[in-house]
Amino acid sequence: MAIIYIENKPYQAPEGKNLLNACLSLGFNIPYFCWHPALGSVGACRQCAVKKYRDESDTRGQIVMSCMEQVAGGLRISIDDPEVREFRASIIEWLMANHPHDCPVCDEGGECHLQDMTVMAGHAYRRYRFKKRTYANQELGPFINHEMNRCIQCYRCVRFYRDYAGGRDLEVFSAHDHVYFGRHDHGTLESEFSGNLAEVCPTGVFTDKTLKKHYTRKWDLQSAASVCVHCGLGCNTLVAERYGSVRRILSRYNGAVNGYFLCDRGRFGYEFLSSAKRIRRAAKRNSASGAMEPADKKIILRSIKEIIAGGRVIGIGSPRASVESNFALRRLVGPDNFYSGMSAAEEELTALSIRIMKSGCASFPSLRETEKADAVFVLGEDVTNTAPMLALALRQSVKNRAAASLKKNRIPEWDNGSLCVIKDEEPGPLFVASLLPTRLDDAATRIFRGSPTQIARLGQAVAHAVNENLPAVSGLEQAVAKLAEEIARELTEASAPLVVSGAGCLSGPVMEAAANIAAALAAVNPRAGLFLALPESNSFGLGLLSGKPLDQAFQRAEKGEVRAAIILENDLYRRSEKKRVDRFREQCRHVIVLDFIDTATAAKAEIILPTAPFAEADGTLVNNEGRGQRFYRVMDPEEDCRPGWRMLAEIMEYAGIGDAGQWTTIDDIIAGLCAEEPELQGMREIAPPAEFRIYGQRVPRQPHRYSGRTAMKAHEDIHEHKPALDFDSPLTFSMEGFRSGPPPSLIPFYWSAGWNSVHALNKFQAEIGGPLRGGDPGIRMVGSSHKNFEYFKPAPVTPTPGGREYLLVPYFRIFGSEELSVLSPSIAGRIPGNLLLMNESDAKRIGAGNGSLVRVAVADAGASLAVKIDPGIPEGVAGYPAGMPGVEFMNLPAWGAITEGG
Amino acid sequence: MAERPLTGDIRPGEGPPRLTEYERRGGYAALKKALKQMDPAGVAEEVKRSGLRGRGGAGFPTGAKWSFVPMGTDAPEPKYLVANGDEMEPGTFKDRYLLEGNPHQLIEGMIIAAFAIQASVAFIFIREEYREACAALTRALAEAFAAGYLGGNILGSGFNLDMKLHVSAGRYMCGEETGLINALEGRRAVPRWKPPYPQTAGLWGKPTVVNNIETLCCVPHIVLKGAEYFKGLSRTGEGGTKLYGVSGKVKNPGCWELPMGTSIREILEEHAGGMMGGFKLKGLLPGGASTDFLLEEHLDVNMDFESVAKAGSRMGTGTIIVLDDRTCPVGFIHNLQKFFSRESCGWCTPCREGLAWVEKTLAAIEEGRGTREDIGILEFHVRLLAPGRTFCALAPGAMEPLGSGLKFFRDDFDRHISAPSCPWR
Repeated sequence: MAIIYIENKPYQAPEGKNLLNACLSLGFNIPYFCWHPALGSVGACRQCAVKKYRDESDTRGQIVMSCMEQVAGGLRISIDDPEVREFRASIIEWLMANHPHDCPVCDEGGECHLQDMTVMAGHAYRRYRFKKRTYANQELGPFINHEMNRCIQCYRCVRFYRDYAGGRDLEVFSAHDHVYFGRHDHGTLESEFSGNLAEVCPTGVFTDKTLKKHYTRKWDLQSAASVCVHCGLGCNTLVAERYGSVRRILSRYNGAVNGYFLCDRGRFGYEFLSSAKRIRRAAKRNSASGAMEPADKKIILRSIKEIIAGGRVIGIGSPRASVESNFALRRLVGPDNFYSGMSAAEEELTALSIRIMKSGCASFPSLRETEKADAVFVLGEDVTNTAPMLALALRQSVKNRAAASLKKNRIPEWDNGSLCVIKDEEPGPLFVASLLPTRLDDAATRIFRGSPTQIARLGQAVAHAVNENLPAVSGLEQAVAKLAEEIARELTEASAPLVVSGAGCLSGPVMEAAANIAAALAAVNPRAGLFLALPESNSFGLGLLSGKPLDQAFQRAEKGEVRAAIILENDLYRRSEKKRVDRFREQCRHVIVLDFIDTATAAKAEIILPTAPFAEADGTLVNNEGRGQRFYRVMDPEEDCRPGWRMLAEIMEYAGIGDAGQWTTIDDIIAGLCAEEPELQGMREIAPPAEFRIYGQRVPRQPHRYSGRTAMKAHEDIHEHKPALDFDSPLTFSMEGFRSGPPPSLIPFYWSAGWNSVHALNKFQAEIGGPLRGGDPGIRMVGSSHKNFEYFKPAPVTPTPGGREYLLVPYFRIFGSEELSVLSPSIAGRIPGNLLLMNESDAKRIGAGNGSLVRVAVADAGASLAVKIDPGIPEGVAGYPAGMPGVEFMNLPAWGAITEGG
Repeated sequence: MAERPLTGDIRPGEGPPRLTEYERRGGYAALKKALKQMDPAGVAEEVKRSGLRGRGGAGFPTGAKWSFVPMGTDAPEPKYLVANGDEMEPGTFKDRYLLEGNPHQLIEGMIIAAFAIQASVAFIFIREEYREACAALTRALAEAFAAGYLGGNILGSGFNLDMKLHVSAGRYMCGEETGLINALEGRRAVPRWKPPYPQTAGLWGKPTVVNNIETLCCVPHIVLKGAEYFKGLSRTGEGGTKLYGVSGKVKNPGCWELPMGTSIREILEEHAGGMMGGFKLKGLLPGGASTDFLLEEHLDVNMDFESVAKAGSRMGTGTIIVLDDRTCPVGFIHNLQKFFSRESCGWCTPCREGLAWVEKTLAAIEEGRGTREDIGILEFHVRLLAPGRTFCALAPGAMEPLGSGLKFFRDDFDRHISAPSCPWR
C-alpha cells in the first residue's frame, strides 16, 4: 500500500494499480468511459482527468488521465480542482455534440453510464449549434440491437469483442468524427459473448434485443440474485421481472466465478421461461381417452398417495434440479430407490471428478482464477461449447506471458494498449487436445486431434514427461511423443500451469490422464491447477447425493421391481436410447413427472405436476468446482407451479411420509439435508437464513423508484394488492426495506446514488475488480484437508474394429446442445442444423457430400442426418450433434456404421 | 556559396543519381568508414556530438533517441529502424526533394543508423502520393542489394540488414511515430501510449527507432566528415544544414538547403525572392501548418529550433507558409482546420469532436454565419486542446495556427462576424 494525497488528504492505495481504479475503490467519483476494470486502460476518452502535482509546493499542477497514472507513494492529485472539473465537463460537452439526446426512447435510459457521467461531470447547457452526424444501423442478429447515432466512441465494444473475447466480426471503421463501430456488413454477431456488449457499451448503441421485445426500464424491474442453469459453471446472474414475466438477465458479478461477463446462452436462454412448452397446470391422463387433462391438485395428490401406497416406487432425479429438490425426492422414495437420472457415463464422470477433487491432487482454481494461468493444456473439451465462460477465461490466460514481459519492462499491468500490441507476438502456451475442431483452436499454440483413447494416451505421456516415475506410454508416434514433451516442458516451466478437462468427450481415461498431469505438476508446484468441467448446472450437487445411474433403474424395471417412477425435472430421452426409455415406460405402471417444461418424458407420463423454474424458485446449485450457490426467486410461481422441493414436500405431507410435514421453508430442507449428509454442512453457510434481517428489515427486490405499484393489478381489483410473502429468504417483493449493502449473496440489483448503470457495481466491491464487499458469494462444498491421491493407471488401448466402422464422437454447440436454452426464441435463431461432421475422404467413400443425407447406426440407436464436411476432422471419425433438438440419444463415443441415404 | 551536403548532388529534372554515379561522387564511403573503422557505439557517439536534432518537426536530439535502444547480446531481437517518409504536414515538401533527388543518400544513412542501433530490419514508410520517390527508392534498393550494401554480411562486416519499402495507405496520423508503427503492423493508424517508447517496445513490441528522412540523410555526412564538420555547417548552436521551404505568394517558392539558423528574412527575401508584386506579407507559419503564426516583426528570427521557440512559435519542419494581405486569414485558418479535423484519427475525444466543432465554427464565420459566441468557442478549444489533455500532439498542433491567428488577426475575425460576411470575398 502506498500513501497518496487527494485534495491534500492522505489515503492508502494499492501500489501499481492505476489511479482511477484506486480513487474509485476509495469511494471517490471520477467519471470515465473507455476504462473498464476487466479491459484495462487505454486513455482514449480523456474523461477521467485529474490534476497531478509535483509536490506540496506545486500550485499549478498538470492535468493527467487518472486511468493512465500509476499509484505510487507520495502521489498528489486533485479531483476537485476547477480547471480539471471544467475539462471533464468539456469532454462530456464534446461527446454530447453528436449524441442524439434520445434518452426517452432509448433502451439504456435510466441505466445509462453516459447519463450518470454527464450528471457527475456537470455539463448541462448545449453550445454546439451545428448538425449532428448520423449513421446507418446494422441488423446484428437475435441478441443485440444496434443504434450507432448514440455512440460516444469509447472503443470499449471492439476492445471487449476482439481483444478480450477473440471475436473477429466487429470492428471500428472510418476516422475522425465519423468513427463507426459495427460489422463489415449486416449480419449476426458471431461471438458467443456478444451479449456482453449490452453491458460493456456505456450508452444505448448495443442493447439487449430480447429485452426490447418486452421492454421495461431498470427502475421498474423487480430483480433477484440467481445462478445460470445453462451449463455447469454456475455463473451468477441477475434476473429481472415485471408483470409476471422475466424481462432479461444481467451478469451478477462474482469475483471468483464469472467476474463481469456472461455467455450468450446464459444471458439469452431465459426466454424459455415464457416458452409455449412451459407446464403450468397439474394434469392427469384420462384412462379412457388417453389424453392429458388438467386436474385439481388435490385430486392428483390423492392419486399419488395411492400410487406410493402401492409400493415399489423409485425416484429419478436430475442434474438440472436443485440440490434441495433432488434431496426431497430422495427422502420421498428412500435412498435405495433414488436414481440420479444421469446416464452411466455422466454418473461415472461426475463421481470421478468429485473423487479427484476430494483427493487434493492439485489446486482446483475457481473459474476466475483460470484467467491467471500461464500455461494451459485442455484435454478433450470444446470449452466454448460446453463451458463457454471457461473459454473466455482461457482467452485471457494466453495473454499472461505478454503481460509478464511487459512487467519486465516496467509497463504496468493495466496498460491494455501495450498489452494488445504484444499479446499476439508472445502468446502464452495453450494446448488443445480434442476430438473435433474447437472454437478455441484459434487461440491455441498447438492442436492435437484424436480419439478419447489417443487423447488419454497423450495425457499420460505428458504426465510421464513431467514425472518420469509415472508409467511411460508405449508405442506412441514420434510426433505425439514430441508434442507430449513440449506440453510437459511448458507446463513445468510455468508458474501457474493449468490442466483442463471434463465430461466433454465422455471418457474417464481422459479425465484420469488430466488428473495425473495436474498431480505430477502439483508435486513440485503448488500453484498447478486442475479444472474439470461438468455438463449441467447441478451435476456436481447431484453427484454429492450419491444416487445411482439411470441404467440401474432400467435394470430394476427389467426385473419387474418398479411399479411407479417419480421423475423430477428430467427428460430421460436425452440420457438414454429411445428404445430403452420406451421399454422402461412400458414396464412402469405409473409414471409421475415433475417438471416445468413439456418434455418427451412428460408426454408419456400418467401424472404431471408443474414445478417452478429458477426464476420462480429458491434453491442451491453446485457448480463444477463444487461451489454451492443459492438462487432466489424473482417472482412467485403462478398457477400450480411450485419449486420441486416444495411440491415433493407437499406430496410427502399428503402421503404422510416422514417428517416432511415440517418442511415449510427451504431452510428446513437444508437442515434436513445437513442432518443426513454431514459432508454438505456448508449448505447452511451459502446464504443467510430466511429470518435474517438488517436493522429489522428485509432486502427489497424492487428499486426505490419502482413505479405503478398501486395500478399494476387494477384490471383485477382496484385495491392495491398486498405484496407476496417470502418465507424462504430475507428478500421481499417490495420497494421497502434495507437497500445499502446487503450481504453479497442477496444483492438483487446494483444501484448507488448517482450510479444507475451496471457500473454501480463499483460501490459493491471491496476493491474495483476484486471481491464483493463481504466476500464473493458461494461456498465450496468439497475440500481436501489431506492428500490421498493415487495416480491413475493408463487405460488399456481398445482395439479398433475392422470393416466400415467409424468412431462416432459427440459434439456440442453452445446454441443447441442445452435442453432449456433451445426453447428460447433468440437462441433458437442461432442453432446450427443437425449435421454429421465428417472428413472429406470419408464422406467420399460413402458417396456423400455436403448436405447429403446419411444413416448413422450404433448398437442401440440410429439416426438420419445431413453431412457437413469439415477438413479439421480426422479420418475415420464422425461428429454427432449430441443433445441437439430433434436428435436422438446415442451412447457415445461408439463405433458405428454410416451409410448413404436417409 | 555555403556547403550543401544533402542536396549538392541533386540535379532537378535529371533524375536521381544511379548507384555508380552516387559512388563516384563519394557515396557509400561513409558506410564503409562506419562498418570498417567504427563500432556501433562510435557511430552513435559521433551523431550525438554532431548536435543533430530530428528534422521531422519536434527537433528531438537524434543521438539521444538512439541511446534508449537496448544494446548488447541480451537485447530483444530483431530491432527495427524506420524512416518516416509520411510527409503530410501541409506546406511541407522537403523530404520529397531528398527522396526523389537522391535515394541512395537515404539508404546509406539508414544502413549506418541501423548499424548504430544494431537493427536487422529497416522500413522506409512513405506516403502513397510520392510515386516518383517510390519508383526511385525501389530502383535504388535493388541496386544496393545487388551491390552488397544491403542483405547479409554487408561489406564483409558481419552486419546484416534487410530493408523494405512500405507505401502507406495514407493518413496524417501515420506521420506520428507510434501511429506509423501501428499502420506498419497493419493496425489502425492511431497513436500508442508512451511509455513504452518505441525504442524499447515499438514495431511488433520490439525496439524500434523512427527517424525523419532528412535526419537520416544527415547521418552519412556526419560519419564521413565528423561531428565538428557538421556542427560547423550551422550558424547557430544546432548542427548542420536545414532544408527550408517557402510556399505562398512569393516570387520564387521552393526548397533550399541552407545553414541551420539562417534568418527568416534571408530565406524569404534572398531565396524566395520576396513577395509577389501587389502582395504584402501579413504573417507566416514558420514550420508547416501546425505552428504558430509569426509576423513581419519576427523576420529577423533565426530559423532553428531554439530561436523560433523563443519567438513564440516552432520551427517544425522548417517549411514556411506565407499569409499575404489579399488572402483571408479566417479562410486560411479554416482550410488548415478542415485538414486537421479530417485527419484526426478519432481515438481521443477532444481531438475527434473538438476539431470538427472548430472547423464548423470557422466555416460559419467565414460564410457570414458567425456569432459573437463563436469566438469564445474557438478560444475555448485553443485553451483546452492542450498537450497532455489530448492523446497525441495532433490537436494541440492544430490549435497553434488558430490560437496565434486569433491573437494576431482578431480584428479580421470580428469583421467577419459584424459584416456578416468575408471581407475578402
